Amino acid sequence: MIRDPNLRTLAIVAGLVLTSSVAAAGSAEKGKAAYVRHGCWQCHGFDGQGSVAGSKIAPNPMPFEAFSDFVRTTSGAMPPYQKAILSDDDLADIYAYLQSVPKARDPKTIPLLNP
Amino acid sequence: MSLQHFAQSFVRAYKIAMTPPYGPVMISLDTGLQQEPMRDDGEKPYIPRYVPTSPPQGDSGAVREAARLLANAQNPVIVADRAARTPNGVTLLVQLAELLQARVIDQGGRMNFPTTHYLTAPASAVSNADVIIGLELSDFWGTVNSFTDNGENRGIGQNSTRINPDTRLISICAVELNTKANYQDFQRFQVIDVQMAADAQATLPALIEAVRSAIPNHRKSAIAARGESAKKAYAEMRSRARQAAAVGWDASPISTARMVMETFGQIKDLDWSLVAAESPRFNWPHRLLPIEKHHQWLGRAGGYGVGYAAPASVGAALANRDLGRISVCFQPDGDLMYAPGVLWTAARHKIPLLAVMHNNRGYHQEVMHVQRMSNFRNRVVNTGKDMGPVGTSIQNPDIDYRKLAESMGWWAKGPIKDPSELGPALKEAVAMVKAGQPALLDVWTQPR
Repeated sequence: MIRDPNLRTLAIVAGLVLTSSVAAAGSAEKGKAAYVRHGCWQCHGFDGQGSVAGSKIAPNPMPFEAFSDFVRTTSGAMPPYQKAILSDDDLADIYAYLQSVPKARDPKTIPLLNP
Repeated sequence: MSLQHFAQSFVRAYKIAMTPPYGPVMISLDTGLQQEPMRDDGEKPYIPRYVPTSPPQGDSGAVREAARLLANAQNPVIVADRAARTPNGVTLLVQLAELLQARVIDQGGRMNFPTTHYLTAPASAVSNADVIIGLELSDFWGTVNSFTDNGENRGIGQNSTRINPDTRLISICAVELNTKANYQDFQRFQVIDVQMAADAQATLPALIEAVRSAIPNHRKSAIAARGESAKKAYAEMRSRARQAAAVGWDASPISTARMVMETFGQIKDLDWSLVAAESPRFNWPHRLLPIEKHHQWLGRAGGYGVGYAAPASVGAALANRDLGRISVCFQPDGDLMYAPGVLWTAARHKIPLLAVMHNNRGYHQEVMHVQRMSNFRNRVVNTGKDMGPVGTSIQNPDIDYRKLAESMGWWAKGPIKDPSELGPALKEAVAMVKAGQPALLDVWTQPR
């Protein structure tokens, strides 16, 4: 057990980075197809932008570990996706796709949003 | 029925329809009356004079009690759904809100409150309220409670309150008077502290005066401070809306926020009227557009129905035509499949209407529920042929709405998938509508 709180934090961060890099090994291209096939777009939009029915999940998705935990165990409005219907590989690919979504534009640079 | 009785029944039916709570009235005429010639029996039939019936106003005691609660509240919130029947209803609601510096949640059953007013608030504002007054709410329970369709509670789902247990509730709602109609409009039962079976707009003048009298002098500075907080909250809400709209701005299918703002970019200098945009889950018009006049938003079907937008838009556009207004509808694709013949009616009668299609290629009311039911059983819901869960997609084949509209005599274009093509196409469409004809743009959009 790591007793030094600073070292413990470092270990958690290292764990997240490691987990995220494992997830990043997924394929964004396959992930885009899986994202549609598994219905993520229904509430989160095709680009993860979110809507009244679901939160924004891209760009800048949450760390993979938190993302995976939520998808597998949520009990809120979104139903859980267990491995029987969403494999670990598909989940990693979906995460890779969300990571690939480009940064949103600054609303100040969009004239129609500043009439 | 005689011809004279028909005249009386018709005026009576019109009076019933036009007395709050408004509603449709059907008259069934026997065939004989419709087909037989007028008989000259010495008395010429006449049309009775129409005298409007005064709408029901809230009981004076209940109005005083409501005013007392509102005047002494720390954080009163006003919620309006089908409240403002006329532009004066908007003026009265602004007066009440400013008098109390109370934030207003406009649920959009009608245009009740300007979206540009700093007291405009999101639905979540009920959570900190100590007094809530609901004006013509279709669903008071749903306003102060939430429902999560998560399969718990033996599959029924989970209910939870969105307000504090000691929050006092006031209701003014004419629908309470509908109990003898063929159809009632009850939602889940909600206990209300002060409930008036009355028309909200007709009751507002008395309520405003009663609130003015009931505000204690020592409360006035706190009320003014509440207004300053509301201005800050409003500015933050608008900023969040713009930031959310920017996400996915260049996406294809086209984001619904961009569709709304590209449309507004082409009509903002005209006298525009947004006549329909179905589904409360499509809320960009209220988040982004400066809806300030009563005719700039005509409300929704009211019953989460499908098939309202197209015929309602054509009817509203007919009324707007003679007033020189340009009518705009964000037309859902599934909705148009219920009564597409109304397109021909618009073309036949030269009714100018701009229909911008919110074509997400599916019946989206149901997608998430079907997904949930399948996930709970560990079943894969997508058969692999369509985008959506089984039975919810409008694909294979895709419907060519441009051809459908053209076949009915409309100017039409699409499907438009590239967001950069939307603005120029809208410019063409608006020119057609200004020239007096209906125009449809089929836009492939994001789901919501």
